[in-house]
Amino acid sequence: MRLSGDKVAQCVFLAIAFSAIASLLLIAIFILKEGLPFILRYGPWNFLSSADWRPQEGAFGIAPMIVASLWITAGAMLIGAPLGVAGAVFLSEFVPRPVMRVIKPTIELLAGIPSVVYGFIGVMVLAPLIRNHLGGPGLSVLAAAVILGIMVLPTIISISVDAIGAVPNSFREGALALGATRWQAVHMVVLKAARSGIIASIILAMGRAVGETMAVIMVAGNTIRLPHSALEPVRTLTANIAIEMSAATGMHRQALFATGVVLFVVIMILNSLAMTVLHRKVGR
Amino acid sequence: MSILKLMLMPACLASALLCGCGKHVESVTLAGSTAFAPFAEKLGGQFMARNPGTRVSVQGGGSTVGIQSAQQGKAQIGMADMVKLPPEADGLTSVVVARDGVAVIVNPANTVANLTMDQLRDIFCGKIDNWKTVGGKDGAITLVSREAGSGTRSSFEQIVGNVKLGANALVQDSNGSIRETVASDPLAIGYLSHGLVNEKIKALTIGGQPCSTATVLAGTYPLVRPIFLLTKGAPQGAVKAFIDFIVSAAGQTQICKDGLLPAK
Repeated sequence: MRLSGDKVAQCVFLAIAFSAIASLLLIAIFILKEGLPFILRYGPWNFLSSADWRPQEGAFGIAPMIVASLWITAGAMLIGAPLGVAGAVFLSEFVPRPVMRVIKPTIELLAGIPSVVYGFIGVMVLAPLIRNHLGGPGLSVLAAAVILGIMVLPTIISISVDAIGAVPNSFREGALALGATRWQAVHMVVLKAARSGIIASIILAMGRAVGETMAVIMVAGNTIRLPHSALEPVRTLTANIAIEMSAATGMHRQALFATGVVLFVVIMILNSLAMTVLHRKVGR
Repeated sequence: MSILKLMLMPACLASALLCGCGKHVESVTLAGSTAFAPFAEKLGGQFMARNPGTRVSVQGGGSTVGIQSAQQGKAQIGMADMVKLPPEADGLTSVVVARDGVAVIVNPANTVANLTMDQLRDIFCGKIDNWKTVGGKDGAITLVSREAGSGTRSSFEQIVGNVKLGANALVQDSNGSIRETVASDPLAIGYLSHGLVNEKIKALTIGGQPCSTATVLAGTYPLVRPIFLLTKGAPQGAVKAFIDFIVSAAGQTQICKDGLLPAK
């Protein structure tokens, strides 16, 4: 009787696990099926390097969108990574445990805020601030980078706190015994030991920033143009798909799927990078 | 035994959810023009009040989405606000239910009050890029446009003629977002459905003609387009009843009250 209950549980969980993997595979296959023929027909080099996106005339170059995505993600990392890692260090090393137990869930609450709310705050508060003090239309690379930087903070802080917490206390005690101050112990010993976990958190945050759509559509301005400064409006790969998908037919629609393939590849690379960096630490 | 309980719970929840679908409800789905969508919702509310047992649901997406949804059956009625329906809409039955002016809007702080059609064309093509060229204060013009599939955009560009949108134009995906962008940026210019103009923005006069019901009906305001409701084949049942309601005297009075113009 107990054995058959065991077997049933095994089968049910196997089915559930398979369905999760199957849905991921099906999504990947569908996107590739729609997008890959277009890339092969149009020429991958043309597709990725041409700055001409005029679907009505058959020009499908996504270079401006790729550059925009790169700039915005880089900006978001410049803002989010130092803040996040510093916050994680502060939370793990310099804050008493009971206070940390209250603050950490509050930060994780930030991760639960829908991205459209972030976008709304960006449009209502951040864009006018940028426009009045720095110039330009306000809806810009800078606005998107700031909003995304704040959005990825919970990811970086959570994972970095876990990584720093996994460093054995003997490391800290050894450093202090050798005469280091607390800050020296932290940045010379603990951070170096937790390095791969922190890097993994930054890479995962990068993946999230690249894939963010709603907030970016609301604050980035959606102009198809290679940006020359951080105060110019841009359109990212994700925003392009979201804005044009509903009205696209034929080759235009396939081009958008091909953009999806590019995004898919980028995020897969970032995620596998994060996983290998993380596992290297465990192996050491 | 607990595994069985675990599987039984979602099954019970699912059947409880499906229980709500007992009554047979006639549904009318509309999709398309974001200019007409808010008015369609109000008319839908009135229609549902008169005909309990029907549900009217309205989605946006832009006029091109409206045409495609009607074609593919994703929605029963497609809403399109275009000067002339494109060839893709040839197989669909269309009814004009209202007319709408396209107002050119600027921020209330902008001193410019009038533009000629030529100035309008040059501004939107990017040839004029500073407000002082058209009589305003010195400042770079921020162009705000709709996305490529929008009926408002294609009507605007068709009527103004020869508009190749300037490379620096911001793109927003609905009439509402254009209004919000122009309301918060003193140097912005955009266009939206005349029915959606409110006190946060200022509508310009074009060639001396203000955008108002009187001028649109008289034909003196140039930027006017009809609003089509498209169905695949002749409308039937609840769909026909809804369209008939909109075209009837009661529906047209409501349309006028809401700020659009009647079909005739």
